Amino acid sequence: MILDSKTPSGPIQDSWERHRFDLKLVNPSNKRKFSIIVVGTGLAGGSAAASLAELGYNVKSFCIQDSPRRAHSIAAQGGINAAKNYPNDGDSIWRLFYDTVKGGDFRAREANIYRLAQISNHIIDQCVAQGVPFARDYGGLLANRSFGGAQVSRTFYARGQTGQQLLLGCYGALMRQVAVGRVTVVPRTEMLDLIVIGGAARGIVTRNLVDGSMEVHLADAVVLGTGGYGRVFYLSTNGMSSNVTASWRAHKRGAFFANPCYTQIHPTCIPVHGTNQSKLTLMSESLRNDGRVWVPKKAGDKRSPGEIPEGERNYYLETRYPSFGNLVPRDVASRAAKKVCDEGYGVGATGLAVYLDFDDAIRRDGEDTIRDRYGNLFQMYEKITGENPYKAPMRIYPASHYTMGGLWVDYNLMSNLPGLFVIGEANFSDHGANRLGASALMQGLADGYFVLPYTIGGYLAGAKLPAVTADHDACAEALAAAREKIDKLLSVKGNRTIDGFHKKLGLLLWNKCGMARNAVLLKEALEEIPAIRSEFWENVNVLGSGDDLNQSLEMAGRVADFLEFAETLVEDALARDESCGGHFREEHQTADNEAQRDDENFSHVAAWEFNGVGKKPTEHREPLEFKYVKLTQRSYK
Amino acid sequence: MSGGGMTVRLKVWRQGRGESRGRLVEYGVEGVSPDMSFLEMLDLLNRSPTLEGKEPVAFDNDCREGICGTCCLVINGQAHGKEKGTTVCQLHMRHFRDGETIVIEPWRAKAFPVIKDLIVDRSAFDNIILSGGFISVSTGSAIDANALPIGKKEADLSFDAAACIGCGACVAACPNASAMLFVSAKISQFAHLPQGQPERNRRAARMVSAMDGAGFGSCTNIGECEAACPKEISVKNIALMNRDFLRASFCAEA
Ligand SMILES: Cc1cc2nc3c(=O)[nH]c(=O)nc-3n(C[C@H](O)[C@H](O)[C@H](O)COP(=O)(O)OP(=O)(O)OC[C@H]3O[C@@H](n4cnc5c(N)ncnc54)[C@H](O)[C@@H]3O)c2cc1C
Ligand code: FES
Repeated sequence: MILDSKTPSGPIQDSWERHRFDLKLVNPSNKRKFSIIVVGTGLAGGSAAASLAELGYNVKSFCIQDSPRRAHSIAAQGGINAAKNYPNDGDSIWRLFYDTVKGGDFRAREANIYRLAQISNHIIDQCVAQGVPFARDYGGLLANRSFGGAQVSRTFYARGQTGQQLLLGCYGALMRQVAVGRVTVVPRTEMLDLIVIGGAARGIVTRNLVDGSMEVHLADAVVLGTGGYGRVFYLSTNGMSSNVTASWRAHKRGAFFANPCYTQIHPTCIPVHGTNQSKLTLMSESLRNDGRVWVPKKAGDKRSPGEIPEGERNYYLETRYPSFGNLVPRDVASRAAKKVCDEGYGVGATGLAVYLDFDDAIRRDGEDTIRDRYGNLFQMYEKITGENPYKAPMRIYPASHYTMGGLWVDYNLMSNLPGLFVIGEANFSDHGANRLGASALMQGLADGYFVLPYTIGGYLAGAKLPAVTADHDACAEALAAAREKIDKLLSVKGNRTIDGFHKKLGLLLWNKCGMARNAVLLKEALEEIPAIRSEFWENVNVLGSGDDLNQSLEMAGRVADFLEFAETLVEDALARDESCGGHFREEHQTADNEAQRDDENFSHVAAWEFNGVGKKPTEHREPLEFKYVKLTQRSYK
Repeated sequence: MSGGGMTVRLKVWRQGRGESRGRLVEYGVEGVSPDMSFLEMLDLLNRSPTLEGKEPVAFDNDCREGICGTCCLVINGQAHGKEKGTTVCQLHMRHFRDGETIVIEPWRAKAFPVIKDLIVDRSAFDNIILSGGFISVSTGSAIDANALPIGKKEADLSFDAAACIGCGACVAACPNASAMLFVSAKISQFAHLPQGQPERNRRAARMVSAMDGAGFGSCTNIGECEAACPKEISVKNIALMNRDFLRASFCAEA
């Protein structure tokens, strides 16, 4: 099937405006007759729920955490992009558009990205109006910093806590709507299934995480803003409850999963220290503005960094990429770190780390300036490692961080299932095969504040939706299936921990479908994943009961879904026989080891249709056309 | 690294759901590495055979990087443990001795009832925010972000207050279980910004009344809240809130 993206034709500069005009409107007094379920309260889900409620819709908002304010968007550090061009350094909507298409290695839809760049400026206005305390200069105007993959300063930030501040702004907007009765927030609740009636998404099955009770919720449309699946690798920078469950279960009900192999491994994380580690901590990419990345020139050099003289250090990013230097995009920086470590130049106890050194910056700007810029990040580093980064360079290594893949959506952010909308990191998004720093917050808020509230109206105004009640067969069936899965997990009573399976899967993916992939490794992974999955169902040990607060049971359900989803991820990686962005197939690289695309055969989105667990999914394609940006070999030299 | 490592003795609060009382139960955890976080040590306990097939200890956490405000443990009598400016998810085992006994309890406050083991219900905080802890601006109605210059100093003060992660350590640390630090941080964030002025009085009046209604205690200037706060929010915010509240009570508009 060729997927129709519903992208408007005509000049890209006006397509969003024209499209909005073409969308049918819901009469203001009719809006309250529609109900919308929004799963997720991160930047995407939270902003969507608040904005839809402001328009007059009835919204039910769900999240796993005990409060909407704790969605993992809260952890974003570095900043959010916008094409304001306040620094007057040559930025424009066009440049942000261009950088994003190129940064994504030409694997995203032009029209979506152009719209994103246009909306970016409104986001900053909206957030400032909400009281988000962005960094300012002494004149009282907003300050900007640079981020990887761009040569202009377009990143707005709130110290190293940008995500927190944006999310709290969004949470405030959401709570304001709760107060006026337009939104009902249902926290500590997990979506376990999607209810599809007459081919349209009409509701969800949930489990109350406090008492285990299961419920059906019905609505006229369902929005998923459930975040990314980076925890499929076990160790990642994501929150402990981040999952693929909501997306995966919607996929099993018919929603196509697009480009699952596009995963982002972030170059600057605190390296792994031991086998009982539960997560990895990001050190914001903004640090690469002032930090210089290096390894010793001599392999296996065990001297402390201070003892290694300047001439014996290899600032490999600066030498390999003179024009972008330490600010090359993430995929490029991560692969370069892996390469030097694989060649034996890595530092630290495990040899799986490189230095990120602030010595020059501190000497140039003074310790106070550096503290002002990155204080909380330096503090975080010191808390975790017990080392003082003002005195010795940080040690960093790449880690799973973000997922560009996700449920397929059209220009309206609607999946192939009518009535199911997917926003934020959960959709396959505008970032192509690699996301630029500070662009996820921008996209999540663009989707939620400024795109979905219009497009969902277009759907609702045109859809003929019969009234449904919870005694519909589809509801009963979905509820029973979700119950059965829980009973099954509890009944295995094996002798291996849930975590053990998750770790095993994660390590397998990291080694065979991580920063570098090839057909041999991928085929091995496809053999091994089903074996881990069947062992899970024979031997997992889930303690406690289903009618209680049971964190082991929650985790078991999510790991079970990762075990199914992983196979689709690997299938996609194998099918995409080219390198692009974060998807690096070793068979396809240029003479200087950069990703080599194959535009003739792979300039498309791969959207997978579910055929059963362990069965090969069917691939559908959405061809990508580039009318405005010329396809080139990405170069950051 | 695992294997070897320290051994710690834990006394952990266990309370079933729906039970009105709990008790401290003792466990030993072996193979604790100094690089492990406190929560990773609890993971180890929850995976270890010492539990003998009994239910793992329930404790709240998510980001594990000190920003979401989900984790909330009282360690040896102190909210988030004794390290200053640190959430328990960022507390590392290098701060404990081999063989040490560690007492782990939930937040204790009337307004935060225990749900199970170490997990409490903090929805009272959400209720305070919905009473007025925001600026009323609907999507699409904002002016250009740079149309309203804000001095760096004011912006920084606003930020210092906005850094609150809503964990509730202030309440847990206060002998009166007062939520003044939490509430004042939100009020102060907006009070320092021009955007926050139109609703300033109303916000203070409503949030304070929601706080009182939720069953939090009153403030007697003990300052334990600031000492326990992982984001080191200042008690100066409380003074500002009191002023705003007073002004609001003279104002008919409130
Ligand atoms: C450490 C870190 C730093 C980052 N820094 C930056 C940065 O500086 N700039 C930038 O642009 N991007 C950054 N990112 C990426 C960015 O933060 C995320 O991509 C973005 O915030 C995702 O937002 P979201 O709303 O899509 O999902 P999330 O914020 O992840 O929200 C997901 C929501 O869905 C809910 N949910 C999930 N599954 C279910 C279910 N089954 N049932 C019910 N509810 C469910 C969760 O409870 C939560 O409310 C960073 C990411 C990380 C991890
Ligand atoms: S788990 Fe997020 S602050 Fe501790």
